[in-house]
Amino acid sequence: MSFLAITRSTLAKDIRIEWRSKDALNAMLFFGLLVVVIFSFAFDPTAEESRRIAGGLIWVAILFAAVVALNQTWARELRNQVLDGYRVSAAPCTPLFMAKALGNFIFVITIEALMAPLFIAFYKLRALGPAWELLPVALLGTWALVVNGTFFAAVSLRTRSREIMLPLLLFPLSIPALLAMVNATTAILSGEESPRFWVALLIAYDVIFTTACLLTFEMILEAE
Amino acid sequence: MNSIRYLYAAYAATWAIHGTYLLILLRRYAQIRRDMQRLKRGERQPLA
Amino acid sequence: MKRGLTFLGVLTGLLLSFALYEALVAAPTERTMGDVQRIFYYHVPSAWTALLLFLINFAASVIFLLRRNTKADIVALVSAEVGVVFCTVVLVTGPIWARPVWGIWWAPGDIRLTTTLVLWLIYLSYLVLRRFSNSSQTPVVAAVVAIFGALDVPLVYFSIWFFRTQHPSPVIGGGGSLDRQMAMVLLINWAAFLCLAGLVCWTRYLLEVAKREVDEAEALETLYEGSR
Repeated sequence: MSFLAITRSTLAKDIRIEWRSKDALNAMLFFGLLVVVIFSFAFDPTAEESRRIAGGLIWVAILFAAVVALNQTWARELRNQVLDGYRVSAAPCTPLFMAKALGNFIFVITIEALMAPLFIAFYKLRALGPAWELLPVALLGTWALVVNGTFFAAVSLRTRSREIMLPLLLFPLSIPALLAMVNATTAILSGEESPRFWVALLIAYDVIFTTACLLTFEMILEAE
Repeated sequence: MNSIRYLYAAYAATWAIHGTYLLILLRRYAQIRRDMQRLKRGERQPLA
Repeated sequence: MKRGLTFLGVLTGLLLSFALYEALVAAPTERTMGDVQRIFYYHVPSAWTALLLFLINFAASVIFLLRRNTKADIVALVSAEVGVVFCTVVLVTGPIWARPVWGIWWAPGDIRLTTTLVLWLIYLSYLVLRRFSNSSQTPVVAAVVAIFGALDVPLVYFSIWFFRTQHPSPVIGGGGSLDRQMAMVLLINWAAFLCLAGLVCWTRYLLEVAKREVDEAEALETLYEGSR
């Protein structure tokens, strides 16, 4: 089977499972909702203030919510020794990683799309810069979180208390991506500067870490 | 001059950190020594 | 080998006392900052040493992945651990210097201090991973994570660099070229701290070798007990 065929079939399977159970989506959505509501009570910002703080709030909320989906990426495959089956099969493992990362990407993007209107309503958001630019920032930023997240979820499979291990590994490494996402969003919302540099940084981050993940994933999968 | 206190604080902190790490190493060393002793006592039974 | 260790220990002790004297007494007092500037003689050499150790960690991780050599793995572990210790010194002395000079403990826009903090976090998580995972494949996983951490460093640096140009931050004190004598004192201190790092790394290396031997013997013992 070709790279694309394996990716497609694994991805389709994961999406079908998620569509039927909606476990990760529901958990993420509930978590995100909670963050939005609690922060809006805690700060009760004016439109001017929220332009400055919303970038940070949105992405931190998404980051924490994404960990829910990331943590169960591989746990599901452990149950019936699916990963062992994968290890002995002749199929290359990069498409498996790609499928998992794409699956998480789709889940997290869905959550972002559902939460965006809530954020706009609760924080009285109105972008002063070109709002369409938020779209590439969201896509690139989400991929940055998800590609490393999927990878480190696989890394933490080998550890005790793996649910704690994932954020411990992922968050420090994601700081530049997070900084770029937050500052790009703030730049667009306040319309004061151009987010160009931050988008370029995100692209560099995505390219570097996607390559690194694809190159080293086999070692992680084989390691047991 | 007040700022000299900051100087002393910084130097003291540096040595406190290095000292703490060395203490941790010392404790690990003691632990390994204990394990070795224990193993030696256990190994009196012939292997194989 | 034991003699070498003793020799290095004595050398480190002498160098450190000499460097301390140079830093506190011999070095000229800085005009604008006064005596606080002397923190530099501990702060900067610690930072250079930490960076060097992280570099060694990266090199050892790459070598381990290519050759699967146990020594390289131990070197990677040891350099990361000692690097974190030196990094902690940097992070503690930095704010103690910043407080009287800038008037604030911490400047989020300061590129070097913040990059150091992120570095510290990355290598701390590397050490936690090593602690938490105890399969035979831990070295492989750890080496991969170390390489990811090293890849992250330039990105961190650039992101904070741009962040700073947006938000004006306090100027780095001193500025311009360093006084000749001060540079000498700085180098002496660096040499002393490098010796200290070498000494600690060496001891830690021997400790790790011993620990692995004990673990192995223990595993054998358990196997033997089980088979009886």
